[in-house]
Parts: sequence; structure tokens; C-alpha cells
Amino acid sequence: MAKRNVSGLRRSPLAAKIVIVAALLTVGGTYSAVTSALATQSSTAGYTQDQKDLGHKLFLANCASCHGKNAEGTANAPSLIGVGAASVDFQVSTGRMPGAASGPQLQVKPVQFTQAQIDAMAAYVSSLAPGPAVPDASATAPNGDVTKGGELFRINCAMCHNAAGAGGALTEGKYAPNLMHSSGKTIYEAMIVGPQNMPVFNDANITPAEKKDIITYLTYLQDHQSAGGNDLGNLGPVVEGLLIWLGALGLIVAITVWLGAKSN
Amino acid sequence: MTTTAPSRQKNGFLAGTANYVDERVGVAGILKEFGRKIFPDHWSFMLGEVALYSFLVLLLSGTFLTFFFQPAMTMVHYDGVYAPLKGAQMSVAYASSLDITFQVRGGLLMRQVHHWAALLFVAAAGLHMLRVFFTGAFRKPRELNWVVGFVLFVLGMAAGFTGYSLPDDLLSGNGLRIIDGMIKGVPFIGPWISSLLFGGEFPGDNIVARLYSLHIMLIPALILVFLAVHLFMLVIHKHTHYSGPGRKDTNVVGYPLMPVYVAKAGGFFFIVFGVIMLVATFFTINPIWNYGGYDPSPVSAGTQPDWYIGFLDGLLRLAPTGLEVMVGDNTLSMNILWPMIIGIGFLLVVAIYPFIENWVTGDKREHHVLDRPRNAPTRTAIGAAGVTMYAVMWAAASTDLIATNFRMSLNQVLQTMQISLFVLPIAAFIITKRVALSLQRKDREIVLHGRESGRIVRLPHGEYIEVHEQLDEFDRYKLVDFKDYKPTLARPNAAGKITLGARIRSGLSKFYFEDRIAPVTQTELNEAIHHAHELHDEVQKAIEN
Repeated sequence: MAKRNVSGLRRSPLAAKIVIVAALLTVGGTYSAVTSALATQSSTAGYTQDQKDLGHKLFLANCASCHGKNAEGTANAPSLIGVGAASVDFQVSTGRMPGAASGPQLQVKPVQFTQAQIDAMAAYVSSLAPGPAVPDASATAPNGDVTKGGELFRINCAMCHNAAGAGGALTEGKYAPNLMHSSGKTIYEAMIVGPQNMPVFNDANITPAEKKDIITYLTYLQDHQSAGGNDLGNLGPVVEGLLIWLGALGLIVAITVWLGAKSN
Repeated sequence: MTTTAPSRQKNGFLAGTANYVDERVGVAGILKEFGRKIFPDHWSFMLGEVALYSFLVLLLSGTFLTFFFQPAMTMVHYDGVYAPLKGAQMSVAYASSLDITFQVRGGLLMRQVHHWAALLFVAAAGLHMLRVFFTGAFRKPRELNWVVGFVLFVLGMAAGFTGYSLPDDLLSGNGLRIIDGMIKGVPFIGPWISSLLFGGEFPGDNIVARLYSLHIMLIPALILVFLAVHLFMLVIHKHTHYSGPGRKDTNVVGYPLMPVYVAKAGGFFFIVFGVIMLVATFFTINPIWNYGGYDPSPVSAGTQPDWYIGFLDGLLRLAPTGLEVMVGDNTLSMNILWPMIIGIGFLLVVAIYPFIENWVTGDKREHHVLDRPRNAPTRTAIGAAGVTMYAVMWAAASTDLIATNFRMSLNQVLQTMQISLFVLPIAAFIITKRVALSLQRKDREIVLHGRESGRIVRLPHGEYIEVHEQLDEFDRYKLVDFKDYKPTLARPNAAGKITLGARIRSGLSKFYFEDRIAPVTQTELNEAIHHAHELHDEVQKAIEN
């Protein structure tokens, strides 16, 4: 009975295809396992097995309902295989993940996890496949060239994030967020990960030293108030127009009414 | 003649000096003429003054800035105190703007005073224009002065734009690039004019110096000339006044310039100056250090013009895609031309409006008593439609900020505004006209029947009536003193033909005056007063019984 079945399978028209797929999977799997073992050295370095296990548990409890039990992605959320530790750290440590609702873009919310838990989830996700690692503190310290950073920021970032980092509109309800409260690590991660609508600025495009310059410039803006008084959100002439009409001219009209009323 | 010498000595130095000047330039006559010029009291008559005082502040602060600004586009490496730009390559114009900001004592304050005063100048002028429009102050004999005022408003915009472009930072360069694109969009002559203006391909190295000449010389000189004409006509025409007892088209009721208004206006100047100083002290305007020197490649998010150019920027944003037309091998950029046509057309209608209305009414009388907006329903409705249309164009310049700050989709904000540009003015017209007519009806009711007092009285035969309080003559005067027009028919000319012009005119007249509330006539008023007295007697009798 069993023997007949096996020989039946061997004769089946699908047999050849199954063998080819199996062979390809074996070769491809071995190849990718070897390459990933080489490439993930940087991104998984420093993570212990305990962290990965904790991360796996946290993942199953908090992320799997949308991203799938094996992080393979579902119709509601993308696959996390290969997004790297930097992506996890960026999304979760800014409170964007876990997402509260589907919409044009994930919102910044109060952070839901401790840094240790975030690291654990990053350890788990980075163990799935190689991806960008969380940058070292030395890479994100604001001690680069502030002038060069400003120039790079205006050329590469200002068209969405505004020259003063105040943020700006994108299509269909999406937007580039304000950068005045972002840490150096968050900014660096955003550049290498390209979260949501942001393009990836890889190391060939903007070198790590240049990324540091950009962080230096943004940190300077964060640390220095406008020299001219209240900065009106750095949103440009629209807010200035609003202030002159509603504030200054409104006040002056109130004064004219007062002056005109005196004589009556 | 011999008696003048001792009297001069007796009255001291001041009188002596006054006499000296008077004998040579006849200052007494001038003072008598100007000093006794009458200004009526009303808050809305001070809006033009605000613009005038802002202009004085602009002259003062602008002069200060010219001491330090260098309008050259030679490239240098910045060597000032602002760390994030140290060593950056930039034009001399931008470097000197940064030096004014960070190194000249009081420079940043003066820059901010100058920029805020510019915004206030155009805003106050705009509000002043609205007051003049809605009260009908542009009617004969003031039509030409309306045009002069309009030219001043446009010159204010020109002064503002040329000033905006001077610091040669990223924001101003982006603004210039848009202007350059608009110029180049004009068929045939566009590219030539652009090349002439910029001295070659954009941005070139001439434009800042050229705009500087316009900004500090030609445009302010023109503003001064038109301002002089504007004020001169104001004196010739005498001031308008609002309706009231004793106020007629043949007089002006108010206080003389000397001493009342000299004191008031002088004080008001310092109030306006003070408000500008306060705003400039506490609020940043145009933080040029954030934008960096101009470089044609980056464009920052949130790049907008100053508010008074906003309506043109908004029109450009409102233009839908795909408007370009191919003519042979050339593209006709209707996506740029339509906004220009609509924007310039809008301004032209504003400029010639007094002549349109005058042609329609055929009114050759002089008007010195102002209209209450409700008593000219169609004009008020046209004004409201114009204001609404302007507001949509203006708001469209900030679609991106509306989208981000109110969490909406940029695309939907834009589409809503595209529809609003055509729908909202019509809605505003209809609503305003109906409201104005209703208010007129209410006025008529009050004049004829008085105000409802809420007192219910039962008459001897059992009828209940509410007692209405009659207006006194002073209050009533304001409600009945207005001019009324009726639609005119197209009449044949001497040759017995009804011309097309006559037909259009009669059509417009119908459009203006078809819906009207007949003003209270003297007969109606007499009857109403008589009736009120009878009723009053009856009520008194009823109460006494």
C-alpha cells in the first residue's frame, strides 16, 4: 500500500517540479544562510540569546497580529524580515509602533516599551535576516561640521522637512515630521532605514561622517532659540501674515475704535 | 508798518519767528486753510492713517538698513558669528544681511521692524480700501483718488516683493524663481524679458543690485508721489462722513485739524510705531539664517511669499495639471497664464470698479455722506464676493500648512479650494445681498412702526396690542437718509436705435437695483407718525380707564 503510493508519487506529473523546487530551496537557503551569517555580524553583534528570546515573546504578544507570527507580514502590515534592528528601534522608540490605527501615516505617540524591551525586539528581528544596525553613540554624537551639515540638510532634507526642520506636507495626508525633538540616533536611523515615505540615504549617498554633520546641524537648531524672539513655529510667511492681520492690525483697529469712541 | 516792530518785541521770540516766516512764505494762510480742515470722528477713518504711519516707519528703518546692506552677488566665504554658516559660500548680499542681523547693533531689530512694518503697511492699506469700498466713499468726486489708492496698494506689493528678494537667501531665491517662471510663461516676449531682467539666465549675478535700485529709489519715490497726490485730493475733496442729523453732502461735521487732530494723529503715529516695535521685539520675522544662501537646487518645504503676494501664489497652486497647450512645436503654459490672467483681471476690476458703478447708476451728483453697506445691497454683495474670492486665493497659498496643521490630505485641501474659488464667491454674493435686503426691510419696519417694546396692552374693545416705541428724530434720520436707485430701461438714442451699450447698461442696472426695498417716503412717514399718535392716545386712554 505504502510502496505503491510512493512509486505513484514518483510517477506523478508534479514530481519533477517538486524536485526542482526542493533543490533550489536547498541551494538558495544554504547560500543565503552563509551570506547572512557574514552580513549580520554587525547587526546581530552584541545581542544575547536571552535578548532574542525575550524579543521573540514580545514580538508574538505585541507585533504578530499584524506582522505575522514569523514576521512574514500580512495584508495589514509589511514583512519585517530584513528591516534590521535600526528600523525596530526607530519605530518603537519614537512611539510610532505599535500603531494605534491605520491611516496615511504612523503617528508619534508615548513610547510603549522600555529601551531594554526595544533592544530585545530589535535583537529578535535582526536575527531573522540581515538589516541596518542601530548606530553607535559615537556615530550620532553632534560633533561634526555644522556648516556642512546645514548645507547637506538644505540640499537633501529641506524640501520635505523645511529649512528649519519644522516639517512639511506630503501627498494624501502624509507629512514629513518636525525634527526639533528628534535625537541624533533617531535622525541617523531614519536616514539608513527610510521609514514610511522617507527615502533611504545609504552610506554611499550620504557618508556616515556627513550624517553626523546633519545631526550636528539639527542639534544646533534644537539647542538655539531664534535670535529674533518667538520663532512662530518656523513655518514661514504664512504665520507671519496671520500675526500681522489678527495680532498687530487687530490690536491697532481696537485702538482706533477706542480713540473714535472717546469723543462720542 | 512801523507798529509791527514793537509788537514783535512785546510777544517774544516765538511770535517773532512766526511773523518772520509768515511775512516770507505766508504760513498763516496755509495754516488757516489746513488747520481748519475738518475731520469727522470715526474709527474706520483712521485705517489709511495706519498705512501712512507704517510707511513712515518703513522709511526710517529702511534708511538704517541701507547703511549696512551691500547689494552685490559676488561669492564670498561667510566669516561672521553665526556658527552654522561659518565658512559657507554665499553672496555678499546674504553675508551683509547676516552681518546686519548678528553683528550690527540693533540691526536685527531694525530688520524685523522694517519687515513687520511692510506687512502692516499693505494690510492697513487693504483694510482701508475695504472701508472705502463698502461705504461707497469712491463715488463722485473721489473716483480718481480710488485709482490713486489702488496704485499705492500695487506699489506697496511691488516694494514688498523687491525687498523680500534682497537678502538673497534660499526663501527669497525660491520666490524669484517663481516670478522668473511666470515671466517665462508669457508667450513670445517672456524669455526675452526674463533675460533682460536677470541679465542672462536665472539667477545671474545682477538681479539683487537691480531690485535694490527699484526697492530703495524708484518704488519709494513713486509711493511718495502717489501718497502726496492721494492726500492732496483728500484735502480738495474734504472728508466724507457717516449719515446723521445735520450731516449733508454739502458739509463736513467733525473737529478741525488744528489742534484736535494734530494731537490725535501725532499720538496715533506713536501708537502704531509702538505696536510695530513690540511685534518686532517679540516675534521673529524671516529668519534668513535658517535658509542659507541662495542655491538654485534646494527648495524648502513651507516656501511661501509674504501675505500680500499670497493670492498670486495661491492661484498658481490652484491651477489644475494638464492645462498646457501645444501650439506647433511650442508649449503654451496655460497653467501659468490662467493664474496670471485671473490675478491681473481681479486687480483690474478692483481698479475700475467706481467707473463701472457710476456708469450703471448714471449718477452725476457728488456724494459726501457715506452709504451704510446694507443700503447698497448689490455693491456690498459684490464686495463680499470679491473678498471671498481673494480669501480663497490667499488661503490656497498655504494648502501645505493647512494640511499638516489640521491633519488633512493636501490633495483634498487643494481640490476643495479649487471648487471654492468658483462656488464660495457666488454663495457669498447671494447671502450678503439677502442679508442686506433683510436689514433694509428691518430698518423700514422700525422707522414706520417703531421698536417692539414687549408691553402688551388690552384695548377697551378687547383687542390686545403690543406697544411700539417710536424712534426719536435723531435715530430715525440715520435710517431714512440714503439714496435709492431704480433699474433704468434701455432707451433709444437720437437716431432711434437702442445700442448694445445701452442694453448692457440696462441689464446691469437691473442686476444692481431689481431687488430693492422701497425707502420710506415722507407721506408714509407722516401717516406712520400720525397712526402712532392715535394708537398712543388710545393706549393712554385704556391705561387710564
